[in-house]
Amino acid sequence: MAFEPKIIGFLCNWCSYTGADLAGVSRIKSAPNVRILRTMCSGRVDPAFVLKAFQLGADGVVVMGCHLGDCHYQEGNYKTIRRIPFLKRLVGQFGIDPRRLRLEWVSASEGDRFAEVVNEFTEEIRALGPLKLPVHAELRDQKHRVPETEDAVH
Amino acid sequence: MVTINIDGQHIEVVDDTTILKAAEKAGIWIPTMCHSDYFEPYGVCRLCSVEVVRGKRSRIVTACNYPVRGGMTVHTNSARVKWIRKLIMEFMVSRWPNVKVVREMAESLGIGAPRFVSLERDEAENACILCGMCVNMCNDVVKAGVLGFAHTGIERKVVLPFGQKTDRCIVCGACVKVCPTGHIRMVVEDFKGKRPEFTLGPKTAISVPSLQAVPRVPVIDPASCIHMKTGGCEICASVCEPKAINYTMQDEIQEIEVGQILVATGFDIFDATAMAQYGYGRLDNVLSALEFEMMLNSTGPTSGKVLLKNGTEPRSVGIIHCIGSRDQNHHAYCSRVCCMYALKFAHLVHDRTKAAIYQFYIDMRAFGKGYEEFYVRLLDEGITMIRGKAAEVIEGVWSDNGDPRLTVRCEDTLIGKFREIPVDLLILCNAMEPRRDADRVRKLFSISKSPDGFFLERHPKLDPTSTTTDGVYIAGCAQGPKDIPDSVAQASGAAARILSLISKGEVEIDPVRAMVQEEYCSGCRICNNLCPYGAIEFLEDKKLSHVNEALCKGCGTCVAACPSSAMTGQGFTDAQILAELDGLLV
Repeated sequence: MAFEPKIIGFLCNWCSYTGADLAGVSRIKSAPNVRILRTMCSGRVDPAFVLKAFQLGADGVVVMGCHLGDCHYQEGNYKTIRRIPFLKRLVGQFGIDPRRLRLEWVSASEGDRFAEVVNEFTEEIRALGPLKLPVHAELRDQKHRVPETEDAVH
Repeated sequence: MVTINIDGQHIEVVDDTTILKAAEKAGIWIPTMCHSDYFEPYGVCRLCSVEVVRGKRSRIVTACNYPVRGGMTVHTNSARVKWIRKLIMEFMVSRWPNVKVVREMAESLGIGAPRFVSLERDEAENACILCGMCVNMCNDVVKAGVLGFAHTGIERKVVLPFGQKTDRCIVCGACVKVCPTGHIRMVVEDFKGKRPEFTLGPKTAISVPSLQAVPRVPVIDPASCIHMKTGGCEICASVCEPKAINYTMQDEIQEIEVGQILVATGFDIFDATAMAQYGYGRLDNVLSALEFEMMLNSTGPTSGKVLLKNGTEPRSVGIIHCIGSRDQNHHAYCSRVCCMYALKFAHLVHDRTKAAIYQFYIDMRAFGKGYEEFYVRLLDEGITMIRGKAAEVIEGVWSDNGDPRLTVRCEDTLIGKFREIPVDLLILCNAMEPRRDADRVRKLFSISKSPDGFFLERHPKLDPTSTTTDGVYIAGCAQGPKDIPDSVAQASGAAARILSLISKGEVEIDPVRAMVQEEYCSGCRICNNLCPYGAIEFLEDKKLSHVNEALCKGCGTCVAACPSSAMTGQGFTDAQILAELDGLLV
């Protein structure tokens, strides 16, 4: 079977998630590879989530937020734009191609842009091929992959 | 108070009133050509000469500047006065035979052809008659001090300082307004080809914005008010009986605390100069819809008459729809209101003139209640509907008297032919577009915009009046192009939403909030400065951070940043998101 990338999309509730919704409502076709995870703000995306996503087998992660200056929470996306470049360097050190992590701005009215970003990113990840982290094999057999309580997160 | 006798009438007037004023009060007309109530009597035309008798002495004085004295007897029509008037008028007529005001004055005084021939004879109809009205206006009223007399005797003339162009002139036009012969004209130099936004706008610096204005009081336009420029004029204050005019009033900014806001900032109209093929701003008689609407207004510049720039009635009128809307180069959307107001224009033009009317439309969108019926009725009125967007408008000589007419070149898609339609007046139905400062307003309230640039509602069907920001509502054309009924409906809905919240007295807030798990908080204070709402405070006694739940909006920025995971986002806890991730990547 051909390689189908698994991509996690962290979408902010107000712009990108609504934009994705609009893409759906407008019947705009986009790749089904991006699995969407809603957060209230792109600033909520803890770097640990991204690392966890890669650990759990994601081939790519895209974080989408409001355009700069449009943040529903005024400046949450400015926090994101500072975190993601650091994170890109970090994943590089873990042996993950930084191109597998992407930050995009999609506003609530940009359904077409959402589809465009998704399609483009999916194709890029498809070209990069599956992310083969050694940790994947171990995790595959593990029954409970996620710690049950908050305490165990760190 | 003194009592004087004018032509046998006893009149009681205030001391120091001029004879002219006293006569005016008694209803006696004294001819004058240089007098105005706005400035001090000048006494240059001498036409107001009257005979004053005091005791046994009688003398000729000018009524405009001669103050009354008790017991004075004035003759305004004695033989001596008539002889003087005749002489003055004959001098004037012989020098300026074709000036209308001079001729009319001579006629009304019953003075025929002059006995003299003037060597300074000036045949011009708009010759300067040296009345000095402009000079007095400029110096006494406007206080710009630009105009003045130079030379004496027959050489006398009105000049600018040193006879040269001057930037001291504030271009107020007061001299043009008072000039009785039309000798002074306003000329536009360095015309760059773009007209001011409203060529049919208010004529005066103080005006009521519109008859529907609330409150309906006049406002002063500081940019064109003479008083604001020179400190002079004050004519409006002098005629205002309740003394309501205040020149020192300043703009003030008030800060009002409110709980909810309805953003109904409306729209701007598309600037048709961007579509040069239609000649707006370049050709006369090409009007924007808003300008034509002002023309149709019965209190507007033409009192509701449909007129061309040269003051004549048009013989044919063209109306082009979709200027800037339904156009991939400008706005893709339909402005919704234009079809119906274009039909209204056609109806009113048909009503007020005999002009042939052509509508150039892409599609007729008569979507509202009673709209289709109106369209059908218009078809019966004999309006020519041409389906096809006009390609361009060119100037061509078509009329018998050589006046340039406009030619609209278009394709009539219903007969499949190119056509050239001659019109006198062309009306462009400009698109509605978002306000120029919409982005600034949007960021102020942190609301989104749709692709067309109008404000975005929370949900197009289920929540069309509120926005993603709690307590901020939108209505009318700020949300998208719509007509008056739709705007009213949406605004009513928004008002009801606002009132329901007021009457409820309490606000429901989302349960999505950040919370500090105190046992894990190290008191590092990283989160304190991250919060855009200042919702996180530091408890000095416990050395812990604390979230004020009423201020927190639940964005989770602090949760993501907390190095000890003490901050949790209700509904979006780390565990919940990780579980979601787990589920997504099975």
